[in-house]
Amino acid sequence: MERLQSARISLGRWVCLWAVSCIKTPQMFAFIETLKPKRRLKMSLSAKDKAAVKAFWAKVSGQADAIGSDALSRMLVVYPQTKTYFAHWKDLSPGSAPVMKHGKTVMGGIADAVGKIDDISSGLLNLSELHAFTLRVDPTNFKILSHNILVVMAMMFPQDFTPEVHVALDKFLAAVSLALSEKYR
Amino acid sequence: MKQLGLLVTMQPSVKEKNAAMVEWTEQERSIITNIFGNLDYEDVGSKALSRCLIVYPWTQRYFASFGNLYNAEAIKTNPNIAAHGTKVLHGLDRAVKNMDNIKATYAELSVLHSEKLHVDPDNFKLLADCLTIVIAAKLGSAFSPEIQATFQKFLAVVVSALGRQYH
Repeated sequence: MERLQSARISLGRWVCLWAVSCIKTPQMFAFIETLKPKRRLKMSLSAKDKAAVKAFWAKVSGQADAIGSDALSRMLVVYPQTKTYFAHWKDLSPGSAPVMKHGKTVMGGIADAVGKIDDISSGLLNLSELHAFTLRVDPTNFKILSHNILVVMAMMFPQDFTPEVHVALDKFLAAVSLALSEKYR
Repeated sequence: MKQLGLLVTMQPSVKEKNAAMVEWTEQERSIITNIFGNLDYEDVGSKALSRCLIVYPWTQRYFASFGNLYNAEAIKTNPNIAAHGTKVLHGLDRAVKNMDNIKATYAELSVLHSEKLHVDPDNFKLLADCLTIVIAAKLGSAFSPEIQATFQKFLAVVVSALGRQYH
């Protein structure tokens, strides 16, 4: 509904556009472009989504480490195929030292992405290259870990993790996953 | 006579047929019965369905006749959606009571979803994910990784059974 309304240009805007288009200078053409309503190209983050993510993150970032290690523990138990990436760890059980440490690392990346939410792709460039050339994690697993992060957030913050927050975070994690797999091929 | 003999030997034995079925341990059975035994169907059902319609808005395509779905508030307070969520959750009861034969139990429902309701089977997974999240929010730290694994396994079997009669 909102999308439809933003696509319609009001009559007033059309009249202004017509009047102004009579002045054919480059500056005027650039100005005309700014009057046209912007269309979002894909399922990108709206201003509302970004605000919801930042607000929720402000509430939960204090427990980021716990969230990360719980999500990772869960992933290794519920989706055993993900253990193949951690064969070099001594202990893959929930709450073990390598799992806790890595959960913290992952959430550090998420925190970084929240800070750079206006341009996640360029903000996460280094991590993107790391995942593409060194780690080479199959991108399906980003979805799996994202799901487990959402489950943990629902568990730890049942009142705050409303459907509106859920959709914003789901989109945000999808954007992060996309950024991480950007350099794969 | 030879052909008959061949016919007989080619049929999978009862043991082989059973081997193709989903295996449930005692612990998994009790986890599933416990979760559903303590469930407030109205609360969880309506929350799961409304969350699905909000988080994955394209699923609203199946509920055009349900009234006001214009924003999250409208969806959350829509009585038709709440009633339907309860109905869907009660539909899972059949699987809980027939865990060894979920595929056959849902054959008819699968045909219904395919032939009459025309639901894209990918949507079953979306609702299953939302249901997992709602149960997680309800159980909190009691929703251990093992319980999550069992619950998701159960839902995956249900989702697979519902998608079986699509042609």
